[in-house]
Amino acid sequence: MQAIRSRFTFLFRSTKGLVLVAIAAIALVTAIFGMLSGPMVEWGVKDVVVRLLDLDLVPAEREGRIIMLYHAIAMAVVAIAVYLITAVVPMKPHEQATINATVTAGYILSMICGLAFAYLGHEWIFHGLWLFGLSLVFFAGILLAAALWPWRRDYQIKDTAYAHWGRIDLERAAFFTMAVATLGSAMFGAVTGSYWGNGHETFLAEDLIREPHKTNLEYSIIGHLHIMLTLIAVAVALIVGRRFDFKGPLHKISMPIMIIGTIVITIGAWTVVPIPPIAHMIIYFGSVPVLLAALFMVIFGFRKLIQEGLAKSGGRGFGASLKALVHDPLRFGMLWQMVFMNFTVSFIGIFVAVKLDEIFRVWPARDERLILTGHWHVLSGIVATIILFYYADMVGLKGKVRQWFGWLVIVGSDVAFASVTIFEVKRLFVSEADQQPVVNWTMALADIGLIVVLVMLAGLMVWRLVDLFKRDGQWRTELRHDPHVGIAQGDAPESLAAAQELSK
Amino acid sequence: MKRIGLIFVLIVASGLLAACGGKATAEPPIIDTGVDPESWAVVPAGEFLEGQHEHPTLVDYDYEIMVTDVTNAQYARYLNEALAAGAVKLVAEDQQIVGYYPGDEFRGAKHEERIDEGDWLHIDLNEKGLRLSFDGTTFTPLPGYENHPMVEVTWFGARAYCEYYGGRLPSEVEWEKAARGTDNRPFPWGDAIERNNANFYSSHDLYQKITDSRGGTTPVGFYNGKTYDGYKTLDSPSPYGLYDMGGNVWQWTGNVYEEQHYRYMRGGSKMEYEQWLRVWARNNAHPKYFGPSVGFRCARDIATTE
Repeated sequence: MQAIRSRFTFLFRSTKGLVLVAIAAIALVTAIFGMLSGPMVEWGVKDVVVRLLDLDLVPAEREGRIIMLYHAIAMAVVAIAVYLITAVVPMKPHEQATINATVTAGYILSMICGLAFAYLGHEWIFHGLWLFGLSLVFFAGILLAAALWPWRRDYQIKDTAYAHWGRIDLERAAFFTMAVATLGSAMFGAVTGSYWGNGHETFLAEDLIREPHKTNLEYSIIGHLHIMLTLIAVAVALIVGRRFDFKGPLHKISMPIMIIGTIVITIGAWTVVPIPPIAHMIIYFGSVPVLLAALFMVIFGFRKLIQEGLAKSGGRGFGASLKALVHDPLRFGMLWQMVFMNFTVSFIGIFVAVKLDEIFRVWPARDERLILTGHWHVLSGIVATIILFYYADMVGLKGKVRQWFGWLVIVGSDVAFASVTIFEVKRLFVSEADQQPVVNWTMALADIGLIVVLVMLAGLMVWRLVDLFKRDGQWRTELRHDPHVGIAQGDAPESLAAAQELSK
Repeated sequence: MKRIGLIFVLIVASGLLAACGGKATAEPPIIDTGVDPESWAVVPAGEFLEGQHEHPTLVDYDYEIMVTDVTNAQYARYLNEALAAGAVKLVAEDQQIVGYYPGDEFRGAKHEERIDEGDWLHIDLNEKGLRLSFDGTTFTPLPGYENHPMVEVTWFGARAYCEYYGGRLPSEVEWEKAARGTDNRPFPWGDAIERNNANFYSSHDLYQKITDSRGGTTPVGFYNGKTYDGYKTLDSPSPYGLYDMGGNVWQWTGNVYEEQHYRYMRGGSKMEYEQWLRVWARNNAHPKYFGPSVGFRCARDIATTE
């Protein structure tokens, strides 16, 4: 019984355990539901899965199922972000415990019940529980925002190397701003969702791209999904910044503009409903400071990696610096993926916006739709890989395993995302009649890249699963060193010191 | 570790070879499906369930619609007749067939483009995907493609064909009713899709191996329950007996909507996954767009035929 209890404590109370459970849940959902589309259909795998799981895939309900699937995965990603925030931003142990417990119950409930409702026939009790799960996640967000309140005296700035305004810690304020913006943006979607069946019909935003007139409910959903993904990206960027102990002059520029950018983008997304013609302009204005803040963080992180690498190797010059930069693929990967994101998401988005009428609106809607769905799937994938790097770094992969894992995920994901991006914009350089070879090799590379990433993820998960069966496995070490579980139990002064160190 | 790296490189290389290798067959198998492209089906007046969310919609008149898409042979014959009659023009220097269109009212909405009165492109003879040959005076369908759907035709070219023979492009509502009938089926033939119901991305039919500029379509009416060279099809007509209302090629429809210049297509194509073959799925493009996966069929009033 003690063995089960200690493992349960690790999985559902320690930060590393909670993140592991959420990643495993996402991996499982991705593995199962990824078999229902794409090449899996052609290979006949979908039919087997449908039969095995007795799935009820009514064609008219496909869009609804996809929305439920998005929410199931998104809630787990939100939970991971919450766990990492409560671990790296100073707050009371009871706050952390309450927030983590609430968000965990919320995402697991919404994931299980949402998918059950969507894929196993429509038992409405599951729909109700799905909504209850989402509500719990929302409530956890309120608790998180309260815990992150930047004017709390206990958490005023002590080290002036970090961005501050008076005694206010601006990084904490950036986390707080993101949390409040996320809550408002979640409501933005929830209010619209409450009209479901009463004026609101299920749709995918990408299917409305060329509709000259959209309803307010449709605009709300479009705003909601865009801002939610953006705010998850902001949260992950802030978390990674903490990992690198981002500070100094660049930190002092980044944090204020990150706050301003987050507020402006959020307002832009919300104003899609009342004033759609200028909403995009507001979003553009907000995006610039957010991207700049992330850029400054990447510069800081790259410089830090180079310094660390050179200190180890003792080398000098450009070659040695480059080698030092990439000496640790996990930490390099977290930052590199943010840079790579610009090539596959930001630049593509800007190019499409600038040339929309001239090029992209001449193409069939299906081709324009490909770019939209492709680029936000890529953004989601990049966020996922950053989280994966963060987790692998957090659990301390070492030696050759660290190198192989890191590089295979970087190369695999970047090859996949680059191929998808080329596939999206193929019409720029190949006619529709001649596209088949391009379709074949881009899809092959995308599949190979994704398979590599998924194999790495599976390897990581299998290792952690096997480890859980060991009496003194890695999990026990992680539990022992989790500062917050230690504080909550009141029995680990060393852990308290570690927590304080984590909290600057 | 080096061995693992080598295995990885081999896997990637074999995957790419599998994707890019294999020479595409240039000549399509010649198959007579037995379905007559000249036949029309009557769709009676009445209510049907429109769209994914099944809104009851009334079509208060009977109309006829072609049982299949317009074929290359039919379009070649039309071009020869229309050129001789002066209904369309050959722009020799551009190698294009153009024709008159009276234009649309321009309302200046966001992203709306002007469709002015004048000559507009019907087909571009330089286009590699075109399955017609032209010797300077006569159009002929390429061998093997006679009974395949006409593609690489603009909305103007499709509209002109139908009007030349006293018909019109079906409206979206007409098209959808003809595909769905009066129940709530998602696919023209019923509630589910198998790979041999229609020519789509997963159909693995005889023509899918032809990946050159012209290939990939199946002869009209191909999915009629017959077995061709070992490939067994399921009989997949719509409730009114129409073939290829899901898959093979997108089909232009006739609506001109206010505040937008786009023209809408229905039915999905050989390049789409199954969800795009659902009867309510829509695609759209500029009316001057043409492509290897877009064709059309015509509708007409019953009175016209009497």
